[in-house]
Amino acid sequence: MSVDDKTVHRIARLARIAVPKEEISSLGTELNAILGFIEQLSEVNTDDILPMTAVVETEIKRREDAVTDGGYVEDITANAPASDDDYFAVPKVVE
Amino acid sequence: MRASKLTDLSLAEARDGLLQKDFTSEELTQAHISAMEAGRKLNAVILETPEKAIDMAKACDAKLSYGGGGALEGLPIGVKDLFCTKGVRTTACSKILGDFTPPYESTVTQNLWDAGAVHLGKLNNDEFAMGSSNETSCFGPVNNPWRNKAKETNLVPGGSSGGSSASVAAHIGVAATATDTGGSIRQPAAFTGTVGLKPTYGRCSRWGIVAFASSLDQAGPITRTVRDSAIMLGAMAGHDAKDTTSIDTPVPDYEAALGVNLNGKKVGIPKEYRIDGMSDEIEKLWQQGIYWLKDAGAEIVDVSLPHTKYALPAYYIIAPAEASSNLARYDGVRYGTRHEGDNLLEMYEKTRGAGFGAEVRRRIMIGTYVLSAGYYDAYYLKALKVRRLISDDFKQAFEKCDVLLTPATPSSAFTIGENLHDPLAMYMNDVFTVTVNLAGLPGISVPAGLNMQGLPLGLQLIGQPFGEEALLGIAEKIEQAAEFDARPEVWWN
Repeated sequence: MSVDDKTVHRIARLARIAVPKEEISSLGTELNAILGFIEQLSEVNTDDILPMTAVVETEIKRREDAVTDGGYVEDITANAPASDDDYFAVPKVVE
Repeated sequence: MRASKLTDLSLAEARDGLLQKDFTSEELTQAHISAMEAGRKLNAVILETPEKAIDMAKACDAKLSYGGGGALEGLPIGVKDLFCTKGVRTTACSKILGDFTPPYESTVTQNLWDAGAVHLGKLNNDEFAMGSSNETSCFGPVNNPWRNKAKETNLVPGGSSGGSSASVAAHIGVAATATDTGGSIRQPAAFTGTVGLKPTYGRCSRWGIVAFASSLDQAGPITRTVRDSAIMLGAMAGHDAKDTTSIDTPVPDYEAALGVNLNGKKVGIPKEYRIDGMSDEIEKLWQQGIYWLKDAGAEIVDVSLPHTKYALPAYYIIAPAEASSNLARYDGVRYGTRHEGDNLLEMYEKTRGAGFGAEVRRRIMIGTYVLSAGYYDAYYLKALKVRRLISDDFKQAFEKCDVLLTPATPSSAFTIGENLHDPLAMYMNDVFTVTVNLAGLPGISVPAGLNMQGLPLGLQLIGQPFGEEALLGIAEKIEQAAEFDARPEVWWN
């Protein structure tokens, strides 16, 4: 499978990354080289093989559903590019 | 003792010197601060914290004076910029994080400070740990302290932990923290004549480490000796309730695992690691390693890991997929830099378009594609199945042996710029290391000699889950047999 300019544009949109128009086609070439490389996996027979989602098989840990942290809003917003009265500030979304 | 000589000491020697009161932590730390300042041409340290280091050293001296202190009391180390450090700028070497200053400390670095380590500064790395040469850092490349005999060009120190490997090789710190997602501890160690240990997945907490690919990331040390590696790992490792994937199993005394007898130990040689186009010097090094371990009493057995060639392609689906998800958090809202747009979506896109470098952008887009509707099964699910086959290969091999011996890298350090515009050539650097991450196993790279150009080469040992003790014991035998005591000629002062 290989991607065309339209698909590169769509992936960029999905990834929320602005890509300048003049870079779309060269980016597509780079992505196709990588996709061509990973294509080799289709040679491997994986019938009846379960996908591996964890390298160490352990039971999922459980804990009491309780508040164990928090209460330092100023620390949290200190690194924000824009904040106002303990809130993160973003461009207007609702008119 | 002259100050310049204090930087000659290994971590264990410095520790012993402090305990015997041959010098103070402040003297030791000052010597390393001077080495750090003199080594700025290497670009290994991107944020120096000398005042903090001296304050910490003084506090250590107070503890040491009454016989107190932890396993690393008074020892100055560097920290890869992927570890969040409270009140000290942490960027993952990406423009998108700007001047992010964490209000919290990563568990691994907290463990190190609790053990008495002294913080020299933050170390350069590939942006978000994505790279094998440290060239994708927004702070620019790191120069390897080692140069080839012609000495005309600067070489890469490996990556992504290039600042860690270069700083340790240049004797700027006694040790450094590093992280390894596909080889980022072991490959830079091999390129700089240092020891790099990637522990079993879950051995060290990932909490507070900037996430790249969460099912593969693991923290570990880069040091100059195997003993130093054992001491550092002991301080870094441990269960952490804040990381549900960290494993609740006791941390052994790794230093006590050294000095073992190899009689009866079985070392497996996986035939699939003899790849097409592998250079003679790597083949020779591997044979040398086999000879050394045989000579030390180990039995050599041939094993097969049939799915090895599919590890890199599987990795370049799984790691970007996880990265595309992990890096979704950099949106210009809660931290880092922001590029304004007319609306929220445009703000996200501009922020991320300007903030991410070329390699990170490539990987996020590959990850987004393989997870997108219609491609998930063909790519992502397929890769997870191949990952199980790779893991099963190791399980079968370990029925016949205790550890595996392989080369660490397919070549010695290459020239800055050589592979930068060829992603696939760059990815090949991890061909011997990436399998270990996919299977969650521990691996260590040990310096084993110099090639014709006078550059270091490393051998890799791969262990069973939580088999770090066996790994370190056998690694020490390679270290002893190799008698690797070469140091790069100082050109950077």
